[in-house]
Amino acid sequence: MTSTSLRPPLSGRIDWRRVVRRHGWTIGIVVLLVAFALYWRSSTSVPWGPFDVQSLAIDALPLAFVAMGQAVVIISGGVDLSVGSLMSLVNVLAAKEMAHMGYTSAILYALGLVVLGALIGSVTGAVIVVTGVADIIVTLAGLFVLGGCALAVLQVPGGAAPLRFQSLVTLDTVGTRWLPSAFVILLGVYALLWLTVRRRRLGLALYAIGSNRDRAYLAGVKVARTRIVAYAFSGAFAALGGLALTAASGIGDPNSGSIYTLNSVAAVVLGGVSLLGGVGGLIGPIAAALVLTLVKTVMIIKGVNQNWAQVIQGSLIVIVVMIGGLAIRQKGKTG
Amino acid sequence: MSAVPETPGRSEAWAMVRRRLVDNSVAVLVLVFVALFVLTDVVNRAQGDGAFLTPTQVSTTFLYAAILGLLSAGQTLVMLTGGIDLSVATTATAGAFMVSRFGSHGAAASIVAALVVGLVIGAANGLGVAVFRVNPLIMTLGISTITIGVLTVEAQKQFTSLVPNVVVALGSERFLHYIPYDLLVWGPIAAAIVLGLRYSGIGRMIYGVGDNPLAMRLAGVRVWQVQLVVYVLCGVLSAAAGILLVGFNNAADLGIGTPFLLPSVAAVVIGGTSIFGGFGGYAGTIVGALILTVLDSLLTILNASQAVRQILYGAIVLALASLYARTTSE
Repeated sequence: MTSTSLRPPLSGRIDWRRVVRRHGWTIGIVVLLVAFALYWRSSTSVPWGPFDVQSLAIDALPLAFVAMGQAVVIISGGVDLSVGSLMSLVNVLAAKEMAHMGYTSAILYALGLVVLGALIGSVTGAVIVVTGVADIIVTLAGLFVLGGCALAVLQVPGGAAPLRFQSLVTLDTVGTRWLPSAFVILLGVYALLWLTVRRRRLGLALYAIGSNRDRAYLAGVKVARTRIVAYAFSGAFAALGGLALTAASGIGDPNSGSIYTLNSVAAVVLGGVSLLGGVGGLIGPIAAALVLTLVKTVMIIKGVNQNWAQVIQGSLIVIVVMIGGLAIRQKGKTG
Repeated sequence: MSAVPETPGRSEAWAMVRRRLVDNSVAVLVLVFVALFVLTDVVNRAQGDGAFLTPTQVSTTFLYAAILGLLSAGQTLVMLTGGIDLSVATTATAGAFMVSRFGSHGAAASIVAALVVGLVIGAANGLGVAVFRVNPLIMTLGISTITIGVLTVEAQKQFTSLVPNVVVALGSERFLHYIPYDLLVWGPIAAAIVLGLRYSGIGRMIYGVGDNPLAMRLAGVRVWQVQLVVYVLCGVLSAAAGILLVGFNNAADLGIGTPFLLPSVAAVVIGGTSIFGGFGGYAGTIVGALILTVLDSLLTILNASQAVRQILYGAIVLALASLYARTTSE
């Protein structure tokens, strides 16, 4: 809303102070990502190669996708705790049915699952809007309902995905060997699903209802519809995350998505999106997803027990959010 | 907000029903509990397994419900202040783990160890939420991740599983044939919480903080202290539930508390406590825990799969939460 009035005069000169002020957190997280990548490179004895970039892309893709969806919901002033189970559900649906499909039909089926994810998300959103129950409760219930559905589809890990479909994420590169197609898919989805709406009416409405729902309503924003759309975004992105999981692991597991509920919220908060809504973007959460994945990779390379790695990752999340909380308090005192 | 135009007569009747439900929600819940128990009895007879409405089964229901009752006690307190604690299940696991880890040092030492761990976890949650203003969802989920990670590391190092006899008796045995020992733990705690919420200063402050934290602060209440106390209590109560749980199972594993996470929230929501805080109480939660326990028995009798259970739990929470949202909103 305010972006048009605050836009600097079109002199072609970039006001760096303003860029830093508005995107400081995102820049910080990207710097952190680069620092971690350099540290990662220095800590491996084997020469650094395209394979490392490839493996980072494989590991980070599911989290990056689900964090993008979570970011849209949190920007709009909600929170979606059901994403982990939705990922599991899409994962088992994909692995169960795709095994015997050809490449083309697998891709079409995958697109169908993304649409299904968006539908499930919009149902969640509609339930929240119609019943007036808190987002947390509805999506927590959704976490269990969808988790139950995933269990009903596949009780134990199993199924498979066509090799050609898997290699989209695991092997393929675009042009140079240093550019895994997983990154291209990620950026493509970002451009297609987010850049197209961010500056439009819908994108501004998402920020507006997250910033101040009552004022957005008075300004003529269709609050209920926008909330439902936010959850549809989250569902579609969670489905993409589930597909990425399927491609990376090659099997379906009804519990595969369970860690992503917390991690997606963590990536969003680390990525500079305020849990109060209305602030932030999607680049920050994507960078944060890469950082969170790298932290674990580096620790495992360093010979840290995987469970300690989990502890350290959890502590990192909590500490960062605490610092963020202090920052908000400071701002509140001065402003 | 969503005022649907209705005929005056209907809306008047609806308003009266609504008022009745709100005023006597605990009584209504007790009726639901009894009805569910009778239904389970009918189903069990229909399947040719005899009666379910027997003193032994009633006693068993209370024995099971004590664990969920304690877990959701802490959850009730936290939710009354407008927060949520998603670490209760792993805190219970930590309590159970400490009991079996220090079981060889005697029952008293192991119980104290468990409660101290609960206190530490609760204090960490409280510090984050009350002092650093971290969103309770993130804080408690993060602490939960950390807890389960530390427990896994510890369990890999050395895992002696010795549950003291006293704890086993407390968690699974009964006296006078029908009365479970764990009621001796749950009963006094329940009475203290119900009465404390109603009559003590801190009890009233818990409601106040949930209802309007700004007004409470302006009235001179240190809101952060109330929140800290609530999360610490929740941690200790969850650890106590873990002690009963390990006594019931007679062994601790790292997944022992996990199935109780959603039921702990569900019991509170069924009991009529608002997720936004400031409204509700522990009496409703107690009946909520009993209802969920009977429901669990019913599903076991019906041979329902884990998938069906999860879906049903989610649906019930949703249905009841929306019902409450409807009946309590003006």
